[in-house]
Amino acid sequence: MAEVLDIAVRLIVIVVAFLVLPLIVGQMEHKAMAHMQSRLGPMYAGGFHGWAQLIADGVKFAQKEDVIPAAADRRVFAIAPAVALVPYLVVMVVIPVGPGLVGADLDAGLFFVLAVMGIGVLGSIMAGWASANKYSVLGGMRAAAQLMSYELPLVLAASSVAMAAGTLSLEGIAEQWRWWWLPWQAIGAVVFFVAGLAELRRPPFDMPIAESEIIMGPMTEYTGIRFALFMLAEYVGIVVLSALTTVLFLGGWQGPILPGPVWTLIKIFVLAFVVIWVRVSFPRFREDQLQKLAWIGLVPLALLQLALTGVVRVLLA
Amino acid sequence: MMLNMARIPGEGLAKGLAVTLRHMLRKSETQQYPEVKPDLPPRSRGVIALVEENCTVCMLCARECPDWCIYIDSHKETLPAPEGGRPRARNMLDRFAIDFSLCMYCGICIEVCPFDALFWTPEFEYTEYDIRDLLHEKDRLGEWAATVPPPPPHEAGAEPPKEIAAGSRPARTSDTARRPAAAGRTDSGVAGRAGEKTAEKTAEKAAGGPAGTPETSSGESTPSGESTPSDKSTPSDKGVTSEESAPRREPPRPMRDIRSIRPPGALPKKPSTPENPEGPGNPAKDGPGEDA
Repeated sequence: MAEVLDIAVRLIVIVVAFLVLPLIVGQMEHKAMAHMQSRLGPMYAGGFHGWAQLIADGVKFAQKEDVIPAAADRRVFAIAPAVALVPYLVVMVVIPVGPGLVGADLDAGLFFVLAVMGIGVLGSIMAGWASANKYSVLGGMRAAAQLMSYELPLVLAASSVAMAAGTLSLEGIAEQWRWWWLPWQAIGAVVFFVAGLAELRRPPFDMPIAESEIIMGPMTEYTGIRFALFMLAEYVGIVVLSALTTVLFLGGWQGPILPGPVWTLIKIFVLAFVVIWVRVSFPRFREDQLQKLAWIGLVPLALLQLALTGVVRVLLA
Repeated sequence: MMLNMARIPGEGLAKGLAVTLRHMLRKSETQQYPEVKPDLPPRSRGVIALVEENCTVCMLCARECPDWCIYIDSHKETLPAPEGGRPRARNMLDRFAIDFSLCMYCGICIEVCPFDALFWTPEFEYTEYDIRDLLHEKDRLGEWAATVPPPPPHEAGAEPPKEIAAGSRPARTSDTARRPAAAGRTDSGVAGRAGEKTAEKTAEKAAGGPAGTPETSSGESTPSGESTPSDKSTPSDKGVTSEESAPRREPPRPMRDIRSIRPPGALPKKPSTPENPEGPGNPAKDGPGEDA
């Protein structure tokens, strides 16, 4: 009985975090982006500096008509938002927030995380294909191409950390982490973060959804709550990417004075801020520049990191 | 060159990040409009206000308006003159309306108004749901007159801004208090007073000139007979400038007789017309001194 209760509490906490953290990140994006652009951002919803803006947005999305185009592949069209969203929820189950504070500690946690995160992109491809819209297909194809290119440096960078720690368990990696890993794994961290941004299709890697040229790509035909699910997936993606980078490269809950989970959250939000900051600062990559960055930039760097990790491991052993 | 360009890889990226971060830390200049009203400078072109008391129904604004969006109705009222004078007719304003759906805010009406009856005010919140409601009558235009802000101070020694001059002037009221009001009005404009004075003089001289008033006819007969009327203007002008240079009360070319107004470049008047009413006017003061 106690075991069931324990699992239930963990899952409830994960679902709450899954719903609340993206809202906080979204609100942070609203306000930080506004101030970076010398605006104020939302100021009215909820009374204090528009804190309830995203809740109001959610209510609005829920009220909207759910339109499915006549030519669309109805079933795939309807499933696509869930396919985009659920993998991130599943990933959150295995991300540790503190020692022992994890939904389920898997031995092959890192492998599981990378495998499941790849499914999220499938949602975009399905949505693009099922919409019966040429912009959506174009966006879906671009998303697929992006996934192909950036999955490789992502996995290589992550495997470098796994090599350094000697385990695939996320909790194990975070426990093994020492401060001097920071310079040692610096290249890997940057490669992982950048490739993760590209996987999320966040600006400046948002060629698949480029709203000014292919009008949101796979999401062109989506309205109402389904569109909201896509947006939620994007922000959960930011949380998951920041959390993974924290656990793999920044030592997770390790830090002075403050308790572990607080450190984890601080690091997650700092990284989420960086995601927003990068989004505001840089223009969108062209499609060919995107591919070029992945293949002649990130992949060699990730391989270099892998070699460096191997050499240091051998020297230390 | 290449070495200089590629100093540190990612330097440009860092610069971009620095710009956005600097902007985020800077205080935002945004004004929360409905709560915070904008502080607009005087003479902002918000809406046109009417000071009804100053309007003389001269129709200049309505005629100059490029959009013809000013509607003026008036009637004449005859005022009984005190002291047995001639009764005067006066224009009474019945309607003054500006259609702000037509107005293009050029401000020509305000520029052209000779009696300071129209002003810019920074008031701008007068939107309506129906375009026909944008036709505002004189009471609404008059309400806006209260919102005309005091103008910025002029340079030292400059004449006072017209908003202040219009405000300090006593209002032109109707029938009963006509006398002081008329005096106040003529005080305002230099030209108005001068015009009235010359009109009085011409009337006086027209009456007295042919009959021969003793003081003027004695010293005046010789120069008036010798010189032609066209020549006469020169000594009179000279005399005015030399005698009272600082406050020039007379218009540069006294137009006592409406027939003496000639188009520029016209031939001088024939010397054969002897009865010129302006003859004994100005040269009476200085004419002998100049001629002798």
